[in-house]
Amino acid sequence: MAIKRKSKQLKWRRKHLLGLRELNAEEITYILDTAKGFELISTRSVKKAPPLRGKVVVNLFFEDSTRTRNSFALAANRLSADVIEFTKKTSAVSKGETLLDTARNLEAMGIDIIVIRHSAGGAPKLLSRNINACVINAGDGFCEHPTQGLLDVYTIRKIKGTLDGLKIAIVGDIAHSRVARSDMWAMTKLGAEVIFVGPPTLMPTQVRRLPVSVSYSLDEVIEKVDVINMLRIQFERLGGNPFPSVREYSHYFGLTVERMKRAKPDILVMHPGPINRGLEMESEVADGRNSVILEQVTNGLAVRMAVLFLVNQAAAQGD
Amino acid sequence: MNSELLIKNGRVIDPANGVDTECDVLIIDDKIADVGKIEKPAQKVIDATGKLVTPGLIDIHVHFREPGDEEEETIASGSSAAVAAGFTSVVCMPNTKPPIENETDVEYIHRKARQARKTHVYTMGAITKKREGVELAEMGFMAEAGAVGFTDDGRGVQDQSVMLRALKYADMFDVIVAQHCQDNGFAGNGVMNAGYYSTILGLPGIDPLAEEAMLWRDIQLVKKTNVRYHALHISTSGSVELIRAAKKDSLPITCEVTPHHLLLTDECCAEYDTNYKVNPPLRSAKDIEALKEAVAEGLIDALVTDHAPHLQSEKELEFLAAPFGIASLECVLSLYVKALIEPGILAWPALIRLMAEKPAKIIGVDKGTLGVGKQADVTIIDPKAEYEIDVNKFRSKSKNCPYHGWKVTGMVEKTIVGGEIRYEA
Repeated sequence: MAIKRKSKQLKWRRKHLLGLRELNAEEITYILDTAKGFELISTRSVKKAPPLRGKVVVNLFFEDSTRTRNSFALAANRLSADVIEFTKKTSAVSKGETLLDTARNLEAMGIDIIVIRHSAGGAPKLLSRNINACVINAGDGFCEHPTQGLLDVYTIRKIKGTLDGLKIAIVGDIAHSRVARSDMWAMTKLGAEVIFVGPPTLMPTQVRRLPVSVSYSLDEVIEKVDVINMLRIQFERLGGNPFPSVREYSHYFGLTVERMKRAKPDILVMHPGPINRGLEMESEVADGRNSVILEQVTNGLAVRMAVLFLVNQAAAQGD
Repeated sequence: MNSELLIKNGRVIDPANGVDTECDVLIIDDKIADVGKIEKPAQKVIDATGKLVTPGLIDIHVHFREPGDEEEETIASGSSAAVAAGFTSVVCMPNTKPPIENETDVEYIHRKARQARKTHVYTMGAITKKREGVELAEMGFMAEAGAVGFTDDGRGVQDQSVMLRALKYADMFDVIVAQHCQDNGFAGNGVMNAGYYSTILGLPGIDPLAEEAMLWRDIQLVKKTNVRYHALHISTSGSVELIRAAKKDSLPITCEVTPHHLLLTDECCAEYDTNYKVNPPLRSAKDIEALKEAVAEGLIDALVTDHAPHLQSEKELEFLAAPFGIASLECVLSLYVKALIEPGILAWPALIRLMAEKPAKIIGVDKGTLGVGKQADVTIIDPKAEYEIDVNKFRSKSKNCPYHGWKVTGMVEKTIVGGEIRYEA
C-alpha cells in the first residue's frame, strides 16, 4: 500500500470525523500526510487498494450534492468498500422517520461507516452519540464541512508548501457557510491568517470572537492575500434580502479580471463549487491560470480516502 | 368533628405577615387556625424541627399539556409532580391543543384538577383565538370561569394594534395580561441564543433584541392603558434594564424568571444536547449576572419553572427540529437554592416571598400566606437535605431535564393542600 509511514507516528484514534474545530494541528497534518499517500492510487492504471474490503459505507445525504457524494462514493470504491447510496430529500423538521431511526435501521443491516450530509447543524454529532458505526460529516447545516476544509488546506499546502504565514481571504456569505467555518479552523490551526470578506449582513453573529479578521472591502484585501476562496452565494439559504441585488453584490464582492490585476501574481483562486459564473467570479478568473478549482476536486478524492481509511482503522482498533 | 393538624417547632416563614420565627402552625379543616406557640394537643401532630414551614409554593408558569399532548404530561401527572415539588397551586399556560380560549376549556382544566386531587390548578386563557395573534379570544367568559390571566405564551402577540386592544379590553376584568416577549421578525427561525456559540455550532440564533423589542413595545402600551401586565420568563440584561425603568415609572408591570436562565448559558448547547433547547434561549453569563442582580434588587416578582415537558423521542431529534422546553418542576426549589440562596443573593424569606406571596398577587388569588383564616396551603421544606437529581424518579411523564445528576440542596418534606397532606417525602 502506498502510505508513507513517518517515524514519529501520531496514533489516530477518532472513529468519527465530525468537524475540524475539535482537531488539533497535528491531527489535521496527519490526515493530509495520509492523503498524500492515497493520491498516488488515483494515478495508477488499477485505481484500487484493499484496506476497506468487506466494509460497507453508506452515503446518507439529506441535501442535494453531486460533487461531495460522488467523491465519497469513488473514494470508498477505491478503498474496496461496498457503497450504499441513501438519498432522502426531506427537511429536518418534516414528519416521518427520524434521523436516528433511519441510521439505526442502516446499522441493523451491518454498515460500518456513515457519511452524512444534513441541513441541521449537529446532525452528525447526534448520530455519533447514538450509533456504533463511524460517522463522517459531509456537511451539516452551516456548521462544518470538514472534508472540504481538509481538501482546501491540502491543495494550498501542495502548491505553497505550507500554510504557515499565508494570508487567506474567504469571501462571500460567511454567515451561512459551513465551508468558511471548516476552512477557518483548519487554516488558522495550520498557521495561516484568515480574513473574512463580505457585507456585514452576511457575517455571522459575534464574528469578532472568531480567530479571523473581518473586512467589508474586497478591494482592500485583494492585494494582500496569497489565497482567495470565493464562496458560492447560496440563494437557498439566504434569509430575507441580505444584499440589494446580484448586480450590487458582484460590484463589491465579485472576483473580476479587473480586480485580479491587483492581486499577487501567484495568488491561488479557490471555490468550493458549484460556481455561479459571473456572480462570485467572472469565467475568465474561474478558468484562469491562478485557479485551482479543479485541483481541489481531484485532491478531495485523496482526502476522503484518507478520512475513510483513518476512521475505519480507529474503529478496528477500538474493537 | 373538625380535623386538626398541628405543625410543631418548625421555622415558620410567612413574609406577608413578617413572620420568621420558630413556632407552630395549627390547621383546622382547610384553614389556618393559629400561628405561634401552641401548647394544646391536636389530633395529628407533625414535628417540623429543623424544617421550614412556609406558605404553599405557587408556580405561575407550567405546561401540563392537557388537552392535546397527554403523552407528554397530564393534569394528573403534572399535579403529582407539583405537590412533590412543594407547589400547592400552579398556573397552566393555555398553549394546549386546542388552546384554552373559552369557558368550557377553562372548566375542563378545573375538572381534571379536581379529579387529580393533588394541587390547585389554575389556568390562563389565550389572548387571541387559536393564539394566532389576530382576533381577541373570549376573555370575559374565561375570566368568569376562573381564568387567572391571559397569554399566548409560546408566542408573543406580534401585531401591536392587537396587543393594544387586548390590554384595553382586559381592563374590564382585572386579570393579568402576560406576554411571551418575542418579536418573530428578530427571532426568525432561531433555535438558540444568537452569539458566539450559535455561530460555531452553525445554528440560527435568536437575538436578545427579539425579546427586548417586544418588551419595550409592550411597556409603551402599558403606559398608554395602565393595565396590569406580566412579562413571562425574561432572559436578557436588556430586559432587566427595561423592567427597571418601567418600575421606576411605577407602571403596573411585573415579571418572572426561570431557573434555567439563572443557571445555564448558551455554551451548554455546545454538544447539541436538545435538553438545553428552550425558549427564550439560554443566554450569556452577562445576562445571568444581570438577572441575579435584578432578583437581588427586587425587580423580579416571581420565580417560576416554565415546566415544559416533552417526549424523549421528540428531544432525540436534530437540534433544529426538536421542540423547545425544559421539564424541571420536580427539582425547581433546589435549583433556586443553588442559584439564589447558596450565592447569598436571597435569604429564605425573600425566596419564599417570590415563590408564594408575590405570585399569588400577580394572579389575584387570596393565597401565598399563613395568615389566620387563610386556606391551609402549607409546604414543609428540609433546607439542608442534599440529594442528586434523578429524572427517572420524576412523577412527571417527561424527562427532558438537563439537571439530571446534579447534586443539590433543599428538599420538600410535606405538601399540605387545603389542610390535607397531599405529599410526603
